[in-house]
Amino acid sequence: MKQTYQVNKNGFYGEYGGAFIPEMLYPNIKELQESYIAITASQEFQKELKQLLHDYVGRPTPLYFAKRLSEHYGAAIYLKREDLCHTGAHKINNALGQILLAKKLNKTRIIAETGAGQHGVATATACALMGMQCFVYMGAKDIKRQAPNVARMKMLGAEIIPVNSGSKTLKDATNEAIRDWINNPKNTHYIIGSVVGPHPYPDMVARFQSVISEEIKKQLNENPTHIIACIGGGSNAIGAFYHYLYNENVQLIGVEAAGKGIDTTDTAATLALGKQGVLHACMTTLLQTADGQVVEPYSISAGLDYPGIGPQHAHLHKTERVKYDNVTDKEALDAAHFLSKTEGIIPALESAHALAYLDKMQIEPTDKIIINLSGRGDKDLETLTKNL
Amino acid sequence: MTLQELFNNKKEALLNIYFTAGFPKLNSMPQILSALEEAGVDMVEIGMPYSDPLSDGPTIQESSAIAIKNGITTDLIFQQLEKSTSKIPKIMMGYFNAVFQYGIEKFCEKCKKAGIAGVILPDLPINIYQEKYQAIFEQYGLSIIFLVTPETSEERIRYIDKCSTSFIYAVSSSSTTGKETGMQAAKEYLNQLKKMNLNKPLMLGFNISKKEDFDFAATYTSGGIIGSAFIKHIKNSQNLPQDIKSFVQSIRPKN
Ligand SMILES: Cc1ncc(COP(=O)(O)O)c(C=O)c1O
Repeated sequence: MKQTYQVNKNGFYGEYGGAFIPEMLYPNIKELQESYIAITASQEFQKELKQLLHDYVGRPTPLYFAKRLSEHYGAAIYLKREDLCHTGAHKINNALGQILLAKKLNKTRIIAETGAGQHGVATATACALMGMQCFVYMGAKDIKRQAPNVARMKMLGAEIIPVNSGSKTLKDATNEAIRDWINNPKNTHYIIGSVVGPHPYPDMVARFQSVISEEIKKQLNENPTHIIACIGGGSNAIGAFYHYLYNENVQLIGVEAAGKGIDTTDTAATLALGKQGVLHACMTTLLQTADGQVVEPYSISAGLDYPGIGPQHAHLHKTERVKYDNVTDKEALDAAHFLSKTEGIIPALESAHALAYLDKMQIEPTDKIIINLSGRGDKDLETLTKNL
Repeated sequence: MTLQELFNNKKEALLNIYFTAGFPKLNSMPQILSALEEAGVDMVEIGMPYSDPLSDGPTIQESSAIAIKNGITTDLIFQQLEKSTSKIPKIMMGYFNAVFQYGIEKFCEKCKKAGIAGVILPDLPINIYQEKYQAIFEQYGLSIIFLVTPETSEERIRYIDKCSTSFIYAVSSSSTTGKETGMQAAKEYLNQLKKMNLNKPLMLGFNISKKEDFDFAATYTSGGIIGSAFIKHIKNSQNLPQDIKSFVQSIRPKN
């Protein structure tokens, strides 16, 4: 049988995925499972979303041939410029898709979790655009390290709810958002920011992000040799891989955050160090103790500081369709500075992890490498310039 | 005593107390079990702490975090259970990941050995349970308890009734645990449940914190389950047996 990389009718990718939800969320998740394809595939929905992506987000984003970077590495290197999306990252592709869906489901209140604040800003933006109430859960530690995005969300009219439990980062912000949904099951839609959570979220978010590779296919008339993307939950990566998953001529590479190194405990390299388990209502690979307690991850990048990974990535890892590797804080910082000086583009710390992989890979002169530049670095200026 | 016997022979509303294993002290469980039994509690729910308890409010989140910090593990829970002499019917309550990591079969085997009557895993949905794990649970004679909520459709409640083997856990409101919002809002839903004439008995849980709540539960169901309020009561206890006795007295006074 041909290997499949898509979700099956039960919501699983091989042994990963599913909807491990408490009964309290059963009606909400069932409603989404039963309606997301029909609603999002309808002509009316597609037309509305495409228009917004074009006029409001500024899509298609350029596939930029990075001349000086290419000269440096001795191969053709292209940057998929998701950093040029309105609000500064790919997250808006998903936020707009989900808010249109929420409207069709007659929801009036929107909740979201955020790590780097990019998904929070994207959701707050979408809510402002549609006149919906917006509540964003954000770890207290992330509120400190992503101050510019906190200010933007407030400016956009969102209420930010600080999360002080556990690691005070993305994992616990996600817990709190799910608890909010349990407590407000009727009027609320939860806009998850990555390809994680219960089915159908991983598939739904992947579909909304797949516009990235849909555009790449039109922009590059031949196969790239490599597509490289950073992985927090894995949404920008899946978006960049989506239309190449069954094209084995293209090597797909996902880069996780090693933090201070995978031989330390300060790391977020889930696939390198994790084991199969359930977090945030999906079966995936997790950083956890032998007893099944989730380990608090670490990365300099708030958007990659997550102890799990989307179930589709866990499956792509297991089937070896995608190669996964990791880079450290320092390698990512160096790559961010290097791109800034050679191309005049300041990348998000998350995206800098994908860039840093260029130094770790074997590059041939005939290679055509695409880096998914998932976001811009404005939010990270303080961290990026600390040691200048 | 099996759960079935417990429900069949009950003379008054059943009181089920939840507590977190490893809390407030690593080795508190045997003492808590004896004190609850002595105070006349009908059954207990032993919480296996998890780092990310999605269905729980701040009180049980905190007791779980403290228990994990204290060093509790699934193995230790079973060791403590083996030492306990209490005969009170026991249910294990936890999140699926801990059981999955321990090994489903090994977990069931240990439960059986420790005299556990049933298991509540709120994040293990019925369909996945049936497809993958039901055979193992049945092999070890473990009952699994499912939840219904005010948002659960009648059709699904009937289905859950059919799939249940001991009792059904009726959640008092669409919420996480420990809300203390009162029970009145649950009236209509509980009337509905009562009218449905289900085959399995119901226990009402979530947000029951005082005698009035428990009495209210008893008018509609076989009894009530108290968690967060009990955890708060023993959090800073210097004398567990006495504080547990006074708590149970306050809920169900014995003359
Ligand atoms: C710019 C950017 N890239 C990547 C990520 C990581 O998320 P994902 O792996 O879902 O793309 C984030 C998350 O906040 C982000 O802001």
